[in-house]
Amino acid sequence: MPEHSSDTPGVMPSRGSIFAGSGDLATEMTRVADGVAHERDAMSDVDSDEDGRSAKKRLGPVFWIAAGWFILVALAALLAPILPLKSYTAPSAFIRKPPSAQFWFGTDTIGRDIFSRTVWGGRVSLAVAFASISFGVLVGGSIGVISGYFRGRIETLLMGFCDVLLSFPALLLALSIVAFRGDQRDLLTISLAIGVVSIAPVARLVRANTLVFAQREFVVASRSLGARNGRIIIREILPNVIFPVLSFSIIAIGLAIVAEGGLAFLGQSVQPPTPTWGGMISDGRNYLADAPWISLMPCLILFLTVLALNLAGDRIREYFDIKDNN
Amino acid sequence: MRFVRKKLVQLVVVMLCVTFFSFLLLEMLPGDTATTLCAGAGGTECIEQKRAEFHLDDPMPVRYVTWLQGVVTGDFGASARTAQPVWEALKQRLPVTIELLLYSQFIALIVAVPIGLIAAQRAGGIFDRGSTGALFLFLAIPNFMLALVLILIFPVKLKLFQAVGYTPFTENPFASLGSLFLPAVTLAMAEMATYMRLLRTDLIATMQEDYITMAKAKGMSPRHILLRHALKPSSFSLITVIGLNFGRLIGGTLLVEVIFSINGLGKYTVDGILGRDYIPVQGAILVIALGYVLVNFAVDMIYAALDPRIRHARALV
Repeated sequence: MPEHSSDTPGVMPSRGSIFAGSGDLATEMTRVADGVAHERDAMSDVDSDEDGRSAKKRLGPVFWIAAGWFILVALAALLAPILPLKSYTAPSAFIRKPPSAQFWFGTDTIGRDIFSRTVWGGRVSLAVAFASISFGVLVGGSIGVISGYFRGRIETLLMGFCDVLLSFPALLLALSIVAFRGDQRDLLTISLAIGVVSIAPVARLVRANTLVFAQREFVVASRSLGARNGRIIIREILPNVIFPVLSFSIIAIGLAIVAEGGLAFLGQSVQPPTPTWGGMISDGRNYLADAPWISLMPCLILFLTVLALNLAGDRIREYFDIKDNN
Repeated sequence: MRFVRKKLVQLVVVMLCVTFFSFLLLEMLPGDTATTLCAGAGGTECIEQKRAEFHLDDPMPVRYVTWLQGVVTGDFGASARTAQPVWEALKQRLPVTIELLLYSQFIALIVAVPIGLIAAQRAGGIFDRGSTGALFLFLAIPNFMLALVLILIFPVKLKLFQAVGYTPFTENPFASLGSLFLPAVTLAMAEMATYMRLLRTDLIATMQEDYITMAKAKGMSPRHILLRHALKPSSFSLITVIGLNFGRLIGGTLLVEVIFSINGLGKYTVDGILGRDYIPVQGAILVIALGYVLVNFAVDMIYAALDPRIRHARALV
């Protein structure tokens, strides 16, 4: 792509950020990982006057509401075994009852309590999301640091690998990995499938940041003091790269939750009767006319959680940006 | 000309890489076409027979080359389950997916462009903030959730549009657009937010240019300036993103096709993977990747055509 002179009216988004707003995991992740391009930055320009005066180094109420919601959901998921919930597997005589005081979220087609299934499903969905993104950050992060720090042939090789990963539609890739595990659809398989999809975006993000920091004075100083590569990477590069990765991971966890839902819609998420949010939403889609709450209640919780993660991740990114600018 | 030739070489290399890796990926999956076909009925005998029939005993590189030779001569192979030639299936399904894509991009644009224009006119105003916030919300909606909500509102409650199925465009254009309306809106929603934000941002940048100040000084109406002077130079990133989205989404309509039971390219690929029927998957991946690369190429060209500065820069190099 040709270079633009600085007076070019439409600033071209970088290659990566071009893949915007797709709704599918890897591309969404790439979009977020590549800094969401200039669109968001320019958007915050509008309120920069206001921000400059009041919002210095503060995360703001939106962040705390979002974080509060996420903590609530995560606590419920963690504490599910000791919470006084109805059984999430046992059928009952109350079939397809709408939400009421007795059944907060209603009941499903065989009379199971949707509220307790949503809590237990959140346990699985969140576990899958955390596991997959941890895997992606670990593998992708290593690839990114190595290729950004050492450059040369190894960078070409590793980044080529990432490009190949990105060239497959994300859901197809995840689907193939589920199939690869021989339809043994447990937590590990699903986490792995989503984790592999998240490798390439993380690798690109980490590489881009490593490239910048590897040329900074403190790295040069450390090297001239005789530090070895390993020490420089761990003591100098990693502490700086970790912040963009953190805000990315928060948003990526939301995307992983959505990706699990996508797999569930293809009938390829964790095997029933284990509930997941995606699985529950998918199960209820044939009853939209008579009992919409079967799908919509878990869907609402999933949406709010993903939205909370998006908002929180976004705020954290801006927060660290401000710190850098000072 | 050299530019075009270089691009063509690149195209061939990318296609070879993608198809080879997808072959490799499919190869690594446990179970093959034979075991799936013989599941239930027949024992090892059936498996042996099917393996011989589909040459599954050949080493993987040999089969890749055989497949490649077929593709070069226009033979994409056939599905092992239905015996339908892959080419025929692609011919049926590709137009469906392309219609869905064009339709969704059209919907996204007719919403995003006016909103972007109004928002840019009063940057930081109530409308700007409101629309930006609302679209941020849209961006967080998973597309399966949107699909469910749309199905609940339109076919179920209002008895409008259909929840499943597809009418071919050639049969009845109106019915066809009606049948794809909900899936297209589902796909459009996420794009809408991105397009609106891109256009808005670029418009705001353009409005700072000297020639806009000049136009204002000449006493032109704000609307005239926005539509006649600012819109075109502000639409480059938008055009690029639309083009690239189009290429990428050829493989991305999968979930929407499955939810709305539309027999497009995405559903074809999923069925192939789940049924361990790999020749169709290979054919579909080839088409998806080719579409992606070609659109990328076309966007580069359009971009150069739109902005004389780029042609000029290229001529100098």
